[in-house]
Amino acid sequence: MKTIFEEHEPGRRTSYLPERRVDLEKYLPASSLRQDLPLPELAEIQVVRHFTELSHRNHGVDSGFYPLGSCTMKYNPKINEDTARFAGFAALHPYQAEETVQGALQLMWELQGDLQEITGMDAVSLQPAAGAHGELTGILMIRAYHRARGDMGRTQVIVPDSAHGTNPATAAMAGFEVVHVPSDDRGGVDLDALRQVVSEKTAALMLTNPNTLGLFDERISEIAATVHGAGGLLYYDGANLNAVLGRSRPGDMGFDVVHLNLHKTFSTPHGGGGPGSGPVGVKVALRDFLPMPVIARRDDGSYGLDYDIAQSIGQMRSFYGNFGMLVRAYTYIHSLGGDGLRGVADDAVLNANYLLARLKAAFQFPFERIPKHEFVIAPPKDLKRSTGVRTLDIAKRLLDFGVHPPTVYFPLIVDEAMMLEPTETETRETLDAFSDILLGILKEAYAEPDVVKTAPHHASVGRLDEAKAVREPKLRQTIGG
Amino acid sequence: MTAPEDLRYTEDHEWLRADGQIGITAFAQDQLGDVVFVELPEVGRELKKGEAFGVVESVKSVSDLFSPVSGKIAKVNQELVDHPELINQDPYGAGWIIALEGIDAAEASSLMDASAYESHQEGGH
Amino acid sequence: MRFSPHTEEDRAAMLSVIGARTVDDLFADIPDSVRLGRPLNLPDGLSEMEVRRLLTDLSQKNEDTDQMVSFLGGGAYDRYIPSVVGEMLRRSEFYTSYTPYQAEISQGTLQVIFEFQSLIATLTGMDVAQASLYDGATAVAEAAMLAYGHTGRTRIVVARSVDPQYRGVLRTYAEGHNLEVVEAPLRDGRTDPDEVRRLAENAACVIVQHPNFLGLLEEPEALVAAAHAQGALYIAVADPVSLAVLRPPGEFGADVAVGEGQPLGISLSFGGPYLGFMGVKKEYLRRIPGRIVGETTDHDGRRGYVLTFQTREQHIRRERATSNICTNQGLMALAATVYVSLLGPAGLRQAAALSIEGAHRLADGLKGASGFQRAFDGSFGFELALRTSVPPAQLQKALLQRGVLGPLNLGRFYPELPDHVLFSVTERRTPEEIDHLVQELRGMAS
Repeated sequence: MKTIFEEHEPGRRTSYLPERRVDLEKYLPASSLRQDLPLPELAEIQVVRHFTELSHRNHGVDSGFYPLGSCTMKYNPKINEDTARFAGFAALHPYQAEETVQGALQLMWELQGDLQEITGMDAVSLQPAAGAHGELTGILMIRAYHRARGDMGRTQVIVPDSAHGTNPATAAMAGFEVVHVPSDDRGGVDLDALRQVVSEKTAALMLTNPNTLGLFDERISEIAATVHGAGGLLYYDGANLNAVLGRSRPGDMGFDVVHLNLHKTFSTPHGGGGPGSGPVGVKVALRDFLPMPVIARRDDGSYGLDYDIAQSIGQMRSFYGNFGMLVRAYTYIHSLGGDGLRGVADDAVLNANYLLARLKAAFQFPFERIPKHEFVIAPPKDLKRSTGVRTLDIAKRLLDFGVHPPTVYFPLIVDEAMMLEPTETETRETLDAFSDILLGILKEAYAEPDVVKTAPHHASVGRLDEAKAVREPKLRQTIGG
Repeated sequence: MTAPEDLRYTEDHEWLRADGQIGITAFAQDQLGDVVFVELPEVGRELKKGEAFGVVESVKSVSDLFSPVSGKIAKVNQELVDHPELINQDPYGAGWIIALEGIDAAEASSLMDASAYESHQEGGH
Repeated sequence: MRFSPHTEEDRAAMLSVIGARTVDDLFADIPDSVRLGRPLNLPDGLSEMEVRRLLTDLSQKNEDTDQMVSFLGGGAYDRYIPSVVGEMLRRSEFYTSYTPYQAEISQGTLQVIFEFQSLIATLTGMDVAQASLYDGATAVAEAAMLAYGHTGRTRIVVARSVDPQYRGVLRTYAEGHNLEVVEAPLRDGRTDPDEVRRLAENAACVIVQHPNFLGLLEEPEALVAAAHAQGALYIAVADPVSLAVLRPPGEFGADVAVGEGQPLGISLSFGGPYLGFMGVKKEYLRRIPGRIVGETTDHDGRRGYVLTFQTREQHIRRERATSNICTNQGLMALAATVYVSLLGPAGLRQAAALSIEGAHRLADGLKGASGFQRAFDGSFGFELALRTSVPPAQLQKALLQRGVLGPLNLGRFYPELPDHVLFSVTERRTPEEIDHLVQELRGMAS
């Protein structure tokens, strides 16, 4: 289909603003003004049809099953979309006087408290704009904490080999050296190896629990003791919190800092890659390092922005957080309540185990344990050898059946990995239908490997040439070119 | 995959020619997939054996390049800037990456020969 | 429980396939010592009707910019958003999808981002743009990291006339790499190129905002020359609506252009989510943080779009990535792309022109008024800094009582400007509203 640049027709316009003529040269020197602005000119109906057509070329949770492991693609309730758009929220300027935004501040203050209770932490900042931004916030706080104690030699952050790529990238961005620790044969942190790498240089260990294999690390207390014993802190990547809501809290597992992903656990939409929201919670020892401002409740019962944080790491972004996402998460938490949130974890884990039970006989399941909200499997070892079909091919073939593929080739420690996370909002029928499709594709891969290797056959485009995209970069268009 | 007899090889899948030319093996380029970018070092830099001197990228992977031996960089293959695919097409020829001078013969002869490298490949890595 | 589709019969049937007796069995490996042995202490769940009431009540405790006449700005602007923008944002194929890793079923998001990159590159006059960042402030910080990565120099020069929030975030990000952040001082509300030249010795970059936080035009050519004379990159912070009428950074020689995309069809929403944008000269392409979308073809030669240059990113390069960011603000980039498509060049110029005209109408109306004087000489855009004899807090309060939001108290960010305020005028302000404000201010001063 065409781009907006190709649909351009000179002179087309719809009036959205008063047509009054303004002579800019009266106000600004001619030398400061630009001569041409080659942007597309379109009629309103063209714009509407263009973006509607584009939306048809996208698969979302509302289009069909989306078992993308690690991403928690749960249903995004529509009530959230309504509440976030109430004028009393959506039309607030961030610099308005506190007395005019008491409802917004109250919502944020209560959400801070809700997230503290859910995570078992002592204080929360809602400021970070996404999970990775929350990680950076947390790791900068850990850096500041050690430095404030005069403990300047802590230059290393330990990251398991199963970790998300953001963990090492974040540690490096905060100036730390990254040290890797391997997994053991149960898929957890190798405690002996951990004992070898912790030292007086350890600033923190970054961990996801359940981890990226979907497995709960039962030795979490020993891990925490090992890191704390060396003077380091424990960082919780909240990517998988959906699995343990109301059952187990990072604060009780011994973590000192946690970030959450409101777009995973608390049903705010992923938006095609953003905006997310990544609040950070900390234990009391790190409270004084939170980014500015936090939302405070004053003695007179009013709410305000508190910039008076003794050793704050500073500001992580403009203003106070992705407020629109906070409204959605608040709506969700109040829709479910405490029991409902625990029910989320129960059904998320139930769905994952059910799906695994349906698939287990046909696929490799490298760690024979009860997974939580997600699990990692791989096609039988002989598949690639005898047919040349790889996990990527199976993923692409799934597209032909109207489902989004699982996460593939992650975590890195499982060869040909497929990581499935059904989430709690899917019906049993959907899980049954999906497992039938996946088992069917596996059979097909042996019988007619070429059909699988050349999939998808029914998408708006086939497999795209990614090498060409880099070798001959075309990163923008212009009118007429 | 057969490795040319006249070259020496490292465990990281680089090859070294007697005249100091260095590249990556056919096995390595096959593992990487379509090479889309090569980061080349400056001519004149001194390299120690095992030192990283550049990067080869495919669409979804990044690999460091390690010098098989010590020496001084005499030439780099500028053709790769615009045609990184030469590494896929002709890994032992037009896809060479750098050339060293002043290499130590003893260091060079400590590297694997073709048959040793072939069995290293079969070992999986 | 809301949103769970399961009946008790479903659960029982599923458990029997799993071979477990109860759901609790599935959590058996969580040690007692780390279990929460009690219910979460949170309010009970609510029906949709009840939760709507709860949120309605909270929202009504706020006074919003639709009810008031807003002259507040300073980085977030009350601009008119055409109906189509909201309509497209609610297409759930867009908002319920993830990052477009599976290109074949994500062509919608990918093409939107490609078009967004094209619009930003055109607006800023840069060679290429990326898929978006969290907001303007983090875009500035990421741009500084790019300059550090490119030059290896550890000194960052930022004009004091840059948005104070951007400078704050820059300092936070700089801390990780122990970078030194130096401010080029205010000289009559602007930045002196000679001072920049001195400060930029051995600096990675010079960061200046156009127009600056105080609403004034800086001297782009002289500033770029000052930075380049020292081998520092020039990072221009730009307002995207002003770019419709002002010379773009690419034309005056900037190496990187960044800014806040909120004015392009994104609601104020109490400060977020917003949209950072970044355009660069092509030699810095491989140092860009975040996602980039490129055009390519499938095996039948059909055009399509993919995420590209991914080896820069965290999921591949891990600790050596250009940034840890994995977000693109996809949905916000959609809003901006729809907004610019609707307004077109004429509409976008009109938004900028009406705003600039409004700010000058306000300045002209206050000429000779005692108690309100222009704080600085020189050309300005749609924001007007004033020195006032009425204490800013008192001024804000008095205007609030009359249904007017603003101005911003500049003393809050610039202790050296204690009695200064900033009025921001967008196309939403009518000549009558501006004249009314003039009358009120004149009344207050006398």
